[in-house]
Amino acid sequence: MSITVENISKSYGTFQALRGVSLDIPDSKITALLGPSGSGKTTLLRIIAGLETPDDGSGPIRFHHEDVAGRRVQERRVGFVFQHYALFKHMTVFENVAFGLRVRPKHERPANEVIDRKVHELLGLVQLDGMAHRFPSQLSGGQRQRVALARALAVEPRVLLLDEPFGALDARVRKQLRAWLRRLHDEIAITTIFVTHDQDEALEVADRVVVMNEGRVEQAGAPEEVFHDPATEFVMNFLGHVNVFDGRIEDGKVTFASVQIEHPAAAESESGPARVFIRPHELSLHLLPRSDSLPATVTGIHAAGPAVRLTLAAEGEHTFSADISQDVYRALKVSVGGRFWVLPKDLRVFPGGGPDAGRL
Amino acid sequence: MSLRPATAEPRWLRTLLLAVTLLFLAAFLVTPLVAVFTEALRKGAGAYFAGFHDPAVRAAIRLTLLTAVIAVPVNVVFGLAAAWAVAKFEFPGKSLLTTLIDLPLAVSPVVSGLIYVLVFGLNGWLGPWLKAHDLQVIFAVPGIVLATVFVTLPFVARELIPLMQEQGTEDEESALTLGASGWQTFWRVTLPNVRWALLYGVILCNARAMGEFGAVSVVSGHIRGKTNTVPLQVEILYNEYNFVAAFAVASLLAMLALVTLAAKSFIEWRMTSAPASPAVPGDPT
Repeated sequence: MSITVENISKSYGTFQALRGVSLDIPDSKITALLGPSGSGKTTLLRIIAGLETPDDGSGPIRFHHEDVAGRRVQERRVGFVFQHYALFKHMTVFENVAFGLRVRPKHERPANEVIDRKVHELLGLVQLDGMAHRFPSQLSGGQRQRVALARALAVEPRVLLLDEPFGALDARVRKQLRAWLRRLHDEIAITTIFVTHDQDEALEVADRVVVMNEGRVEQAGAPEEVFHDPATEFVMNFLGHVNVFDGRIEDGKVTFASVQIEHPAAAESESGPARVFIRPHELSLHLLPRSDSLPATVTGIHAAGPAVRLTLAAEGEHTFSADISQDVYRALKVSVGGRFWVLPKDLRVFPGGGPDAGRL
Repeated sequence: MSLRPATAEPRWLRTLLLAVTLLFLAAFLVTPLVAVFTEALRKGAGAYFAGFHDPAVRAAIRLTLLTAVIAVPVNVVFGLAAAWAVAKFEFPGKSLLTTLIDLPLAVSPVVSGLIYVLVFGLNGWLGPWLKAHDLQVIFAVPGIVLATVFVTLPFVARELIPLMQEQGTEDEESALTLGASGWQTFWRVTLPNVRWALLYGVILCNARAMGEFGAVSVVSGHIRGKTNTVPLQVEILYNEYNFVAAFAVASLLAMLALVTLAAKSFIEWRMTSAPASPAVPGDPT
């Protein structure tokens, strides 16, 4: 079931949560709505579910080809998992999962044996078969999360919507559950949208990432695409740590922090100010100077991790970070105060810039 | 040298505080309660039960039960509606509404009674219209019920509002996405979530409805066998120096209080310990 929304706006009083969002959600894939708080991602999810009504003048919300904008939430057949799960506290795990089947009108309601079989099947799917008679308060956070998922799947939804599904869990459980959700999806292949503010989560779990900011879609694409080819400065900044330099484009070259480098973006652009973005892992350290590398002094070392993160100071007190491997770190005998030549292996240039051109 | 924790009081102070508390409880609560039963049984069980053969006493008991049977459900409906509105919607004047709900607790019950006399009495705003249609509110059962509803109005709402505010709307939204209708959501999700708080409110409301004196006294007119509730009947019997009967009837109210306390403690225990409903009890009025 593909989903298409067109020109969706939503405001709460004077706050505009969504500003004319249009989006295609592919069938049978996991899509992540990624953005900081207040970017409108949860509002968009709730509008797709039918829990919020978009402002007048908004376009259609299509499930496959059917416009569901006028449909009530009960008629949309969405499975919605809330951030804090919203399990019914007074019901057992079994009754929670059975809820969606029991509230059906009499002529559509399955027989008790059918409900029984279905609930146990779902509890097996989310690996909670022994827990049917427990109450939600007797479960761990990760288990509650999976009950909520089983409950949502019980009504055979056309789409599965998850609001910050791992937000309330501790770091270790969160990682396990991410991998598990990915595997589960490969098994049942239902169109899934989840909201997150965690870029690692989005890049790891999703087939497609939609980066949102201030009620707009900044970029939508495959995880590799948004990570390696960010469309805007915001996306560049939001998807992991990045060094930002103020520079200039002149004669098809980009100049920043005492280096001048040829770059395709510079060749296509007019001369003028520009901003240069380099991720820490795109920098390498050298003992000998090159024309396209910049001199810098090591001011900090964080070596407890798979890579070593260095804090460096270039001329003009400009500080930035570089990630190098543990091998290089030992081979170069890096220590605080050491001077090296830093070579950008890759970088992105956005023409314009300066402090008042959308600094984040 | 033994060290004692910084927050522990010396032994003599603890003993003193406990003694003062027990003394006050004995003087102001236990003694009157014991006195009620002693006085009621002074002339033996026969005289005690004879008090209840008086038709006026029986009428008073019937009227009190009738009043409670009307006032409590009205309260439940109002309490649920008000709590739902306050907890789940945003609207202007919301804090004014919650303040107004507490009004009956703040005004003297006598004033509450007088308000109804002012509105429905013979010389009141609606008096001439009521008279023309041959309807009597004041000095009749409707007035007693109205006054009781007024003084008991906050009980259920005050228990439900904080709980429902804390619970938010996610459970209800969840039920809707699973296909439940509005009614199904209310019966299967909202009501079970607040059931203990609701029962708690009902118990308190019932105790007040049966025991209310001031407001009811103003609107009753004290017509023997017709508009006297149990508390009013106790006063009449007492004023007639019929002490045994007065205390016998009063013992009913005392027993109601004990049952209410027991029920209240049980519900508080359920609300704090039950896994199905881990919510905290509301303001113990």
